[in-house]
Amino acid sequence: MADIQYEAPQDLSAASALLAAGGGQARILAGGTDLLVQMKSDLIEPTLIIDIKNISETRTIAAENGGFRIGAAVPGAELGEHEALSAAWPGVVEAAELIGSTQVQGRASLGGNLCNASPAADSVPAMIAAGAVASVVGQNGARDVLVEDIATGPGQTSLASGEIVASIFLPERPPNSGDAYLRFIPRTEMDIAVVGVGISLTLDGGGVCTAARVGLGAVAPTALLVGPAADALIGTKIDDAALDNLAAATSAACSPIDDKRGTIEFRTDVAGVLARRVASIALKRAAK
Amino acid sequence: MAKHHVTTTINGDETEFLCQTEQTLLDVLRDELHLTGTKEGCGTGDCGACTVTIDGRLVCSCLVLGVEAEGHAIETIEGMADGDTLHPLQRNFIDMAALQCGICTPGVLVAAKNLLERNPDPSETEVRYWLAGNLCRCTGYDKIVRAVMDTAAKMRGA
Amino acid sequence: MPDEVKTEYKWVGKRNPRPDGVDKVTGRAKYGADLYLPGMLTGKILRSPHAHARIKSIDTSAAAALSGVKAVVTSADFPDIPKSPGPHGPIIFDFRDFSWNMMAFDKVLYDGHAVAAVAATSESIARQALKLIKVDYEVLPHVIDPVAAMQPGAPILHEDQITEGADEKTAKPSNVYRIPRGEKGDVEKGFAEADIVLEREFTTKAVHQGYIEPHACVADASDDGVELFCTTQGHFVFRSACAKILDMDISRIRVTASEIGGGFGGKNNVYGEPVAIRLSQLARRPVKIVMSRDEVFRATGPTSGAHVRVKIGARNDGTITAAEGEVTYQAGAFKGASVGAAVNCMFSPYDLENAKVWGYDVCVNRPKVAAYRAPGVPMAAFGVESVINELADELGIDPVEMRLKNAAKEGTQNIMGLKYGPIGFIDILEAMKAHPHYSAPLGENQGRGIAAGYWLHAGGISCASVNVSDDGTVTLIEGNPDIGGSRASMAAMVAEELGIDYASVRPIIGDTSSVGFSHLTAGSRVTFATGMACVQAARNAIKVASDRAAKIWGVSEDEVVWEDGHARPAGANVGDHKPMSLAEIAAKAPMTGGPIAGHAEINATGQGPATGAHLVDVEVDRKSGYVTVLRYTVFQDVGRAISPDYVEGQLQGGAVQGIGWALNEEYIYGEDGCLQNPGFLDYRVPVASDVPMIDVCLIEVPNPNHPYGVRGVGETPIVPPQAAVVNAVGNALGIRFNDLPVSPPKILKAIKEAGG
Repeated sequence: MADIQYEAPQDLSAASALLAAGGGQARILAGGTDLLVQMKSDLIEPTLIIDIKNISETRTIAAENGGFRIGAAVPGAELGEHEALSAAWPGVVEAAELIGSTQVQGRASLGGNLCNASPAADSVPAMIAAGAVASVVGQNGARDVLVEDIATGPGQTSLASGEIVASIFLPERPPNSGDAYLRFIPRTEMDIAVVGVGISLTLDGGGVCTAARVGLGAVAPTALLVGPAADALIGTKIDDAALDNLAAATSAACSPIDDKRGTIEFRTDVAGVLARRVASIALKRAAK
Repeated sequence: MAKHHVTTTINGDETEFLCQTEQTLLDVLRDELHLTGTKEGCGTGDCGACTVTIDGRLVCSCLVLGVEAEGHAIETIEGMADGDTLHPLQRNFIDMAALQCGICTPGVLVAAKNLLERNPDPSETEVRYWLAGNLCRCTGYDKIVRAVMDTAAKMRGA
Repeated sequence: MPDEVKTEYKWVGKRNPRPDGVDKVTGRAKYGADLYLPGMLTGKILRSPHAHARIKSIDTSAAAALSGVKAVVTSADFPDIPKSPGPHGPIIFDFRDFSWNMMAFDKVLYDGHAVAAVAATSESIARQALKLIKVDYEVLPHVIDPVAAMQPGAPILHEDQITEGADEKTAKPSNVYRIPRGEKGDVEKGFAEADIVLEREFTTKAVHQGYIEPHACVADASDDGVELFCTTQGHFVFRSACAKILDMDISRIRVTASEIGGGFGGKNNVYGEPVAIRLSQLARRPVKIVMSRDEVFRATGPTSGAHVRVKIGARNDGTITAAEGEVTYQAGAFKGASVGAAVNCMFSPYDLENAKVWGYDVCVNRPKVAAYRAPGVPMAAFGVESVINELADELGIDPVEMRLKNAAKEGTQNIMGLKYGPIGFIDILEAMKAHPHYSAPLGENQGRGIAAGYWLHAGGISCASVNVSDDGTVTLIEGNPDIGGSRASMAAMVAEELGIDYASVRPIIGDTSSVGFSHLTAGSRVTFATGMACVQAARNAIKVASDRAAKIWGVSEDEVVWEDGHARPAGANVGDHKPMSLAEIAAKAPMTGGPIAGHAEINATGQGPATGAHLVDVEVDRKSGYVTVLRYTVFQDVGRAISPDYVEGQLQGGAVQGIGWALNEEYIYGEDGCLQNPGFLDYRVPVASDVPMIDVCLIEVPNPNHPYGVRGVGETPIVPPQAAVVNAVGNALGIRFNDLPVSPPKILKAIKEAGG
């Protein structure tokens, strides 16, 4: 059996070239909190590991065009320590910071969470709700892809050979906007989300919701952008009736499985319950 | 295939080792450097027994490759005492019976030390959530949490 | 914290520093995986992916040929052992079962069952070698539920097993090994006298002890014998098991116990140790085998999942007139579920005239069960305590009052005929009633639950040696791995007996060649039985020292007494001899006959059972079924707390394990009979943020059969939590739950079915 090669390129094009040359047997290493677990359980047997952490773009958080560009390998812990980012996008930050333990937070990244493409990834519903855009760098240069278009199924992405998510862009926030993320887990920490909901919304001066996005995780082969759930909020003051409609639309969008983490019935029910709670938090944050 | 030659700093000492790609930092600490204070409880980042810091950041060493240590500063339980003098957390864990079998203790101490460096006055809830990634099966966490908070108070001079 | 520390003793009952404390907070302490020997090889075990299959062939040739592989074994490399239920000396299990569990003989009986092993020069080569071993399986139908395993037509695990007591000539092979029973009085008469009879059925799932340290050992075999270093609750038992499985003389194996990273009963049995020895014999190099977490869950010893039926009849005033229990336990792949303990303990907190319990020890295609803290009792107690709570509810009686009404006390005789000495059950119930937690107000969606429990404890064989050095300091050698601070308690008792400073006694856990056989660190027996052995050894040393003083003074031996660390003349008439300290006598020892020492080899009896009661408040999120444990108080009769902080720790630890058992822990199997959650991600033990502080109320009713009043403390704490927590959830919602764990999907479903 061939030993595993390890490379730590200094720039994205070198990383992309290595990845393309590696065929299906090369893997990108960011935080490693998914990759190493999968290697140890023999789920994957890469022959080449490409560590992108020496590439500066993947490690920085920068203000850009009123929004933020977050390097794909920035650990979750650093997101929470970034005051401006936490103030603008508390939902995305709290979602990322729910992944694993304090120790996992020292390594796990938005890029890794997204590209690992677990249907239950915590940061993804929040990123979808935020309208986040992934900057994908490949052999043919860079292109932008909406976060909801990256995962295509459990463990599968739309990335072509040699393509790497280099950073995530969170757009500029209009005034009176707020986002939030909640997940259901059976303990207080350390569990994979049984269902996760992220909502981002914007209010006008009169408190009416003018824009909303709802991201839903762990209840389908990929995280979902739920249009009808957002429609339930837009044009309303997010009163009880709107929340009822939101909950119903969120539950209706679920197509989960029964597994060791939850039943179909449970996930569908709780998706609606969480949607209400997330919307209320996002509303409070938007009204501040 | 040739092994990686890694140069890193461990507990303040410049250290070199050889490792295969697939050896984790935990494997290297224990099997190559014989720093066996850091423990393997699960190998998948779910128990925290392998907790160390890299550049002051808490990580599970079972989820870091040995080769990734190149150029960074690692701190393990072996570096926590200052020569003969125990860190206040270590002293207090003994005095307040915050360990029974002791297998989780190195990981808990490294994590708790990092907490107190960042937040010298944590609430009980903050301590519990910070340590959620450190499983203990013997104590039920009560005396661990008490010892951390008591140490925080002592270190603040409160 | 206890309100007052005992002052009548100098060391016993005080906060003495632990000998291993500094090593454990600095990372210096050596656990099972922490030993590295020159030339050491890495051993790895190949395991079955099937729940039940016949092994048609195993081809290890490619693995053996791989460069770096130094030895390969299958069951063919181990001696054939006949079926031998025992007892074998002090050990009462069937060594053939342990051999066939350690490595499958002709069938694999569970997902994870070992089939082969290799030793290689690196971990990666060992892993590669396992992949090269070809096993040809004939997959068989499997059964994992014990009730299903008892039905006609169920897959049979052991063709040569018939139910104990059945006619050997006519009985068909059965998955039921035995049906332990206990009976007292006449339950039919008792039920007839009852004003109310409730009969309920409960189910519990298999759970694992969850110790954080995986099993690990290093074996170093030479022509002279074997050195084994391992994490274990009983290195003497391991020695016997390895000797039997490998057909070696017991004295040829020397086992050194490492520090142990948790056991709770799960490290009472050998798994990889004989394999490591055999590999080392073949490779002629030391071999280390460390289990992965996946292997620990799949292939060590969880405790039984169970079906429990409880029927209790009571008068309107709450007096229980009859109680009946029927339990059906998973034994796993080989016989030996702790049904006997269930029979013994489930109704034993109570003084009952009429009681009857029986249970089924049933083989199923799961890992062979091992003890888990009060083995066999939590599942049964879950049923009993839930029914008592329901009865109290129906009768409008406070649940503590109901228990007080039926409480066992000194002189009560239980279902096994054991007559209790002084026990503190009434005391702890009164303490609970009087505690502020009991009457604290509850908010919306909050509920309160209580439950009681009893565990019988073990005595057993322990040996100890006290050797006095010529400077008067003492080495205490005992033979029990220290799971929770016991060596400090041993040193305290010896210091107390000798009348010397605690710091002058160094306790050592001797290897199996250095001290006599000591049984497992289990059954909460160590402070009791090994403590007794240490005390006896100290007293024997005192006798020697006193006799030397007599010699020095020229008086007869019965004219010397030992008081306060000194030999003294028994009376003024003996003469004006200055008292001599142990150090002074020891300094003269070479001239008076040789070193001062005492030893003891005992089989301790008279252990006292322990009763406990737990009180818990929870809050339930009605919309999601999520449970928060708000407040928890443990009440327990602890005999005498030799090391109070550590006694508290036992109660807190057991309570939190019980909370996990109640809310989230369970073995989850697929249709294929394979374990779906063999890791800490999906096997959900409580984390620090899941639980509140665990308040503890220690009640001391000393056990008169021990020199310091000791009764075991470590096991009873895991008996009440399940019923207490589940009843609290039920109390919050007005819904009863009879199946563990009460995970959120179950709770939410029940809420919706009850109308939201």
